[in-house]
Amino acid sequence: MATRPIWQEKPSTFVSVLKVLVLAFTVVVTLYPFIYVIAVSLSNPKVYTPGDLLLWPKGFTTAAYQLIMAGQTVPRALVVSVCVTTVGTLVSMFCTVTMAYGLSRTSRVPGARPILLLVLFTMLFSAGIIPSYLVVRGVGLLDNYLALIVPGAISAFNLVVIRNFFMNIPEELYDAARIDGAGELQILWRVVLPLSKAVLAVIALFYGVGYWNSFFEAMLYLNEPRMWPIQLILRQYVLQAEPLGDAAREQTQVHLTPETIQMTVLVLATVPILLVYPFLQRFFTKGVLTGAIKG
Amino acid sequence: MYVLIAPGLLFFVVFRYLPLLGNIAAWQDYSPFLGFRRSPWVGWANFAQIFSDPELLNALRNTLLLSGLQIVFAFPAPLALALLLNSVISVRVRRWIQTVVYLPHFIGWVIVVSIWNQMLGPTGVLNHVLKLFGLKAADIIGNPDSFAVLVTAQVIWKEVGWGTIIFLAAMLAIPQELYESAALDRAGPWRRIWHVTLPGIASVIILLLILRLGSVLSVGFEQILLQQPAVGADAAQTLDTFVYFRGINGGDWGLATAAGLVKGLVGTVLVLGANRAAKKLGGEGVF
Repeated sequence: MATRPIWQEKPSTFVSVLKVLVLAFTVVVTLYPFIYVIAVSLSNPKVYTPGDLLLWPKGFTTAAYQLIMAGQTVPRALVVSVCVTTVGTLVSMFCTVTMAYGLSRTSRVPGARPILLLVLFTMLFSAGIIPSYLVVRGVGLLDNYLALIVPGAISAFNLVVIRNFFMNIPEELYDAARIDGAGELQILWRVVLPLSKAVLAVIALFYGVGYWNSFFEAMLYLNEPRMWPIQLILRQYVLQAEPLGDAAREQTQVHLTPETIQMTVLVLATVPILLVYPFLQRFFTKGVLTGAIKG
Repeated sequence: MYVLIAPGLLFFVVFRYLPLLGNIAAWQDYSPFLGFRRSPWVGWANFAQIFSDPELLNALRNTLLLSGLQIVFAFPAPLALALLLNSVISVRVRRWIQTVVYLPHFIGWVIVVSIWNQMLGPTGVLNHVLKLFGLKAADIIGNPDSFAVLVTAQVIWKEVGWGTIIFLAAMLAIPQELYESAALDRAGPWRRIWHVTLPGIASVIILLLILRLGSVLSVGFEQILLQQPAVGADAAQTLDTFVYFRGINGGDWGLATAAGLVKGLVGTVLVLGANRAAKKLGGEGVF
């Protein structure tokens, strides 16, 4: 609990009340939609009517979850999303870290500067949707899960963030490791990476969230609905209100409304993010700032 | 060392530079079946058509409207919230609020739009509450007239908390002595914000504004794509959605590529121009 500096006057009651109101409003508006969606997904449609202000499930039931997880479409899409997110994050981190490390050792790598400029230029100007699509098609990635990963494998911004962080590691550490006979790979693995855990965690989170949330790439590159990740299923099922592939099952379970099932899919698509969030939250500020404040 | 750089370099060459070549489709009546080599060349016809296609002009108008609203309302919102949070004395309360407001940043647009539909849609919470008070139901989600406001509100909801991080950190870097001496000079809380806090973070504000200008012609592609069916193309066609629908769905590759190319060039020119202007005015700029 920090205390007020002596020079700072106590705000008037009016200002204090106003501040509390604004902050409380912000928190409620941010948080309530999530609570509502979770509550609906766990409610029994016989007891509650759509639009009821719920804080807590009415007529608690996990029937919607059981129904959905027993079906085909959603579990398959969840598996796809988890796999794409995991593999994608690993690929992205590998390529970004190795390249950032190579580019951070400007003194030992002639040509690092021009390559860095090449990277920075892509932040300024990038080809549009159509040329990118043509390249992905051209290299034969249509209807291939790699199309969700490879075309966006490296974010130039993340690369620069990591490189800047590596640049700040004192030169003496490198020298010491080299005297001990370590090669470049060993230095990266044993010295540099352990010192960069916080920043790497944040960047991995950024990549992971990106993969988990992406639907446009899948929409563009995957024609086969069986391959779709959860976000695309969500779009089709919740926003376009098209039935899931398990329509027959839904009809036998008449006591569940489409709304309840939609909210359940929504929760399932959100939960993985909510699970990693608390673990990484303390790194956010550090991760954002190492890259952002510098130009 | 070069082995380490190679995978990344390969990526940039294939997926960032090779597509630049693809922009030659802008000067062609490109057909995927004929490829770049055999598609007929049309000179500047696609570019000429950009300025006469009513659908595209409509898309440009919508894009500028949405972008303008976002620069005026969504850009300063995190600054306002950061000022407010900064004035909260209790560290614990501040941390807790931050945890909550960061959250929506990590939720994808599909989820955000779904949640908003639940709140404001025809059978949503808002209409339920309005009905309880005997008021008329409001169709916010499907109304083309309020679409721009809806989109801006969503952007603020999703990103306002995340945007505060940089401002808050910049505020922390302002020396406390400045506030103290300002207070000794009888500057009240508002004057301290005006004369100490804002000048202290001005360079960060300018930097973010410059970067924002670069995307004046690209507003929330996924967000708008998802909500276009509800309000129709008149209100919800933007340059990005135009390129997508006309090019990839409609097969008008040349025109769509030209539109995308012009959009990208304008963005780049704006960033560089704003950067130069910021430097002329005595600021630091980005580059």
